[in-house]
Amino acid sequence: MQSRSSTTDTGTLAKWGQFCRSHPFTAVAGVILIVLVLAALLAPYLGTVDPRKINILPRMRPPSPQAWFGSDQLGRDVWTRTLYGARISLMVGLMVALMSISLGLLIGMISGYMRKLDAVIMRVMDGLMSIPGILLAIGLVSVSGASFITVTIAITVPEIPRVVRLVRAIVLSVREEPYVEAAIAVGTKTPLILWRHVLPNCVPPLIVQATYVAASAMLTEALLSFLGAGTPPEIPSWGNMMAEGRIVFPIAPWIVLIPGCTLALAILAVNVLGDGLRDRLDPKIAKRM
Amino acid sequence: MVSFIVRRVLSTLPVMIIVAIVVFAMLRLTPGDPAVVIAGDQATAEQIARIRSNLGLDLPIHVQFVTWIGQLLQGDLGISIFTNMPVSTLIAQRLEPTLMLSLTTICFSVLVAVPLGVWAAWRSGTWTDRVIMVFSVLGFSFPVFVLGYLLIYEFGLTLKWLPTQGYKSPFSDPVGFVRSIIMPTITLSMIYIALVTRITRASVLEVLSEDYIRTARAKGQIERKVLFRHALKNAAVPIATIIGIGIALLIGGAVVTETVFNIPGLGRLVVDAILRRDYPIIQGLILVFSFTYIIINMLIDIAYTFFDPRIRY
Amino acid sequence: MNTAHTPASETILSIRDLSVALPASGDRSYAVQDLTLTIHPGEIVCVVGESGSGKSVTAQAVMGLLPKGQLQPSSGTILLEGEDLLAASPDRLRDLRGSRMAMIFQEPMTALNPVLTVGDQVAEVLHIHTTLDAAACRARVLEMMRAVHLPDPERMIDAYPHQLSGGQRQRIMIAQALILDPALLIADEPTTALDVTTQAQILKLIREMQVRRGTGVLFITHDFGVVADIADRVVVMQHGKLVESGTRDEIILRPQHPYTKMLIASVPSLTPPARAPVTGPVALETTKLSKIYQSGGGWFDKGRIVRAAHEVNLSLRRGETLGVVGESGSGKSTVARCIARLIDPSEGGIWLEGENIATLPQARLRKHRKTVQVIFQDPFRSLNPRRTVGQSIIEGPTNFGLSEQEALERARDLMALVGLSPDALSRYPHQFSGGQRQRISIARALAMQPHILIADEAVSALDVSVQAQVLELLDQIRVKFDLALLFITHDLRVAAQICDRLMVMQKGEVVEEGATVDIFKNPQHPYTKALFDAAPGHDFARSH
Repeated sequence: MQSRSSTTDTGTLAKWGQFCRSHPFTAVAGVILIVLVLAALLAPYLGTVDPRKINILPRMRPPSPQAWFGSDQLGRDVWTRTLYGARISLMVGLMVALMSISLGLLIGMISGYMRKLDAVIMRVMDGLMSIPGILLAIGLVSVSGASFITVTIAITVPEIPRVVRLVRAIVLSVREEPYVEAAIAVGTKTPLILWRHVLPNCVPPLIVQATYVAASAMLTEALLSFLGAGTPPEIPSWGNMMAEGRIVFPIAPWIVLIPGCTLALAILAVNVLGDGLRDRLDPKIAKRM
Repeated sequence: MVSFIVRRVLSTLPVMIIVAIVVFAMLRLTPGDPAVVIAGDQATAEQIARIRSNLGLDLPIHVQFVTWIGQLLQGDLGISIFTNMPVSTLIAQRLEPTLMLSLTTICFSVLVAVPLGVWAAWRSGTWTDRVIMVFSVLGFSFPVFVLGYLLIYEFGLTLKWLPTQGYKSPFSDPVGFVRSIIMPTITLSMIYIALVTRITRASVLEVLSEDYIRTARAKGQIERKVLFRHALKNAAVPIATIIGIGIALLIGGAVVTETVFNIPGLGRLVVDAILRRDYPIIQGLILVFSFTYIIINMLIDIAYTFFDPRIRY
Repeated sequence: MNTAHTPASETILSIRDLSVALPASGDRSYAVQDLTLTIHPGEIVCVVGESGSGKSVTAQAVMGLLPKGQLQPSSGTILLEGEDLLAASPDRLRDLRGSRMAMIFQEPMTALNPVLTVGDQVAEVLHIHTTLDAAACRARVLEMMRAVHLPDPERMIDAYPHQLSGGQRQRIMIAQALILDPALLIADEPTTALDVTTQAQILKLIREMQVRRGTGVLFITHDFGVVADIADRVVVMQHGKLVESGTRDEIILRPQHPYTKMLIASVPSLTPPARAPVTGPVALETTKLSKIYQSGGGWFDKGRIVRAAHEVNLSLRRGETLGVVGESGSGKSTVARCIARLIDPSEGGIWLEGENIATLPQARLRKHRKTVQVIFQDPFRSLNPRRTVGQSIIEGPTNFGLSEQEALERARDLMALVGLSPDALSRYPHQFSGGQRQRISIARALAMQPHILIADEAVSALDVSVQAQVLELLDQIRVKFDLALLFITHDLRVAAQICDRLMVMQKGEVVEEGATVDIFKNPQHPYTKALFDAAPGHDFARSH
């Protein structure tokens, strides 16, 4: 007879504080993310110059006290471009997570509750999942042109099926619960059952899933830029910086490695945060993962 | 058993048809004129017209669909805009390096990841477990190309142990093949190892809490056999599943890895096609990779019948 | 029986002052406290208690299988044939497990490894503890499978667990436990998950094997019927402590401790009380109600057809309790769920207030939802853990136009009626025990002011003392609101006490129907007779 943890009585803030102490990695990841978000927001005020300013003279200068991260082959300041790149990366992560979670939630709920549509929807999702995500995105970008919006949509589409499957699985298991049957028996209408009894069960796993989607989206965005199918080259994204620095890698490795490692750090922080949230919000899955 | 296999094979058909429809629709249903987008900003009206007829975009949509499916059934993936060669021929030419890289990666990853996952599950909650899991999260987070460049920087440029670029065929130059494939394999394996380790650990951990594990211990079975005879065999199905699903990640990673190490495989073909705006090649490769993925996963499903006697519908 | 002077060599198991500490966070500090008990060769000692009594922990402590890091024996000794198990090394314990002491578990469905053949699993014991070669092992396994009366052992030895029934799997468990003739067999609720007829067979088998081999048995159960059938001596536990021990007759016929007395008094008698026939108006009728399931199936085959319920006719009057009894798979729950329209019946009619609701679409069904309410089996899953008790109770009334205020008013009255405090309304389900949650579920059903209440195994998951209270509550509300009560159960004792009439179901069909008293006195159908014969503890039933 185990009593489940409740967030109702004691202070939520205190509980999170206690959680941070017991999960130091999650706390560190949270701090890193906050720093990155602040850096992205405050980029113009952090000793940066115009990220697109081409400067012929100091080309490929290694990192130094004057230019912390050095400059690239066009003489652009790498520190500046890294900070502005954070804007793109974080924005893509956020947008893709929001879009794929909300669309996936909608489609998953429909699929889980309308048996007739279910078969069709799930076959389409199986089909979408069989197309390797990066290739699907490459295909979408190459027929619709590379812009920030199309790239974001192209990254969102392959993420949707996983969310749909997750939501559908939850819906199918929750609708078997006696408390849902009891709600049916007392005459609660289907939309209200979905809202009251099913949706609250989807929220914690979806928050966790959202962090993983964001991490994977940031990765895909960089890969697309790196392969030349991402945001237009004039946008200073981390992927574009690396794609351009590739040719001069043997002479000026920092042009690739600095945005690369920043990207890795950002994704790592999001992933670790996701694991922490999972432990906090979804202990049933956490025990298994 | 036979009927299960037949049904599983046939069940791939609807999925393949969906993939074909998605790929078909991708070009036709995007807003604006795809021919203009594919041709690029500097294209002449003549080039755009040529692309339009190459892709069959000037015909009514149902005619386009029937023709396209008909060609697909005959193995015709279209004609490359840039080289004017059949896409299927181009793919055949570039197949070997990608196939080799994928095989070495799958073998290496499974050999590393499954024991690591089992070990982590067995020692769950200890520092061993935590270290393995930290590496797994790192593997998820490290972009393939960043790892690739770090390896090139260290082992190629600094230590000069291994070649940094290119590919040698194992049939003509076995030693060269091994030397040239090591770094790409490690690079590509990273995310795959992370994924398989994580799922292996989770599955084994779940199985370890089952009643029959308690039964095995109540018989006086030693821990090693409890782990391998009872737990791992039951965890095999989810592990095999994730190895199959991971193929999708592997394909995406291969495209990037081949670019980093300059390997003339299918991945390079994609990247060149992106740069040259050669849409038929991209479309053909999406189909080939997706169908490969579907078939591999079908084979894995069929292989389940050997792990788990319950799956015999 | 004075165990203090018995030399250690003549006792198989001797537990002395055993305490098992709980982790610091628990609501008590010991799972088991100062427990002393002894088992002699050829003796079955039953450890009886409700959930949380520490009976299973005792068994795990003997086997050395306590969950690592959570529970640990803190004092006392456990002697197996004179050897102190608490002082033994892990290797030594492993040697003893399976050879000198063996264990069978509650869930035969999950206790066997699904990917190994049952023969391999029995043989595994031989591989671990002996040096027999493969042929000798197989011969021993076959011999053992015959000994536990498994049909066609030559074929079954290569079968996988999922191909066997629950009873057959439990026989396999017994075979692998006894193949090396251990001195001690620990049986942890080995028949609880089985149907009553299978239970009787397994109990008989354990008795037979144990007598033939002189095995000492530590038999853990919550069921006094089983105790009456199988025990030589009985140990009663409560909250980790021994409250009373003695021979079977001492405990059952002359219990001393108030807790034992209460437990025994809570067990419903197999003799139904006389009941006047109910003459109220008919509230519910079904005509040829059927439910057919089609499992599997796809493009190429039609799949298997399962008749979960076949042409069930029943009628139920206001103020009457109709019991539907049967084993698992008999279709009793299917009937209940069809009537509540939680599933759609395949054929037949369900007549409610002069209207056939069997085929009504959801929209027109809604007004009938008030009339029929259901109480489910699992008290832990029948309330939404994220909603307060109050929100759960007022959900129905507010669906039908009552304001939140009025509904809460009604909920407060109902809480008093079901014996809970009104401030329970603002709390969450996890703050209540199983019995309390079942009371809340009853309040939720009553909030709709139904005419018909379906109790689908509503007391099966509860401890016997709690069960008695909930049954009493159900009977009270039936009288108070003149309810028609459809009572689904597998438990004949419960049915005998609460039902006016009975319907016995087997494989989807009603095989017998009549007044409870008549059926118990003079069952007609062979299946009903078999069911009654299998009910554990006949002697016990007559005696109180």
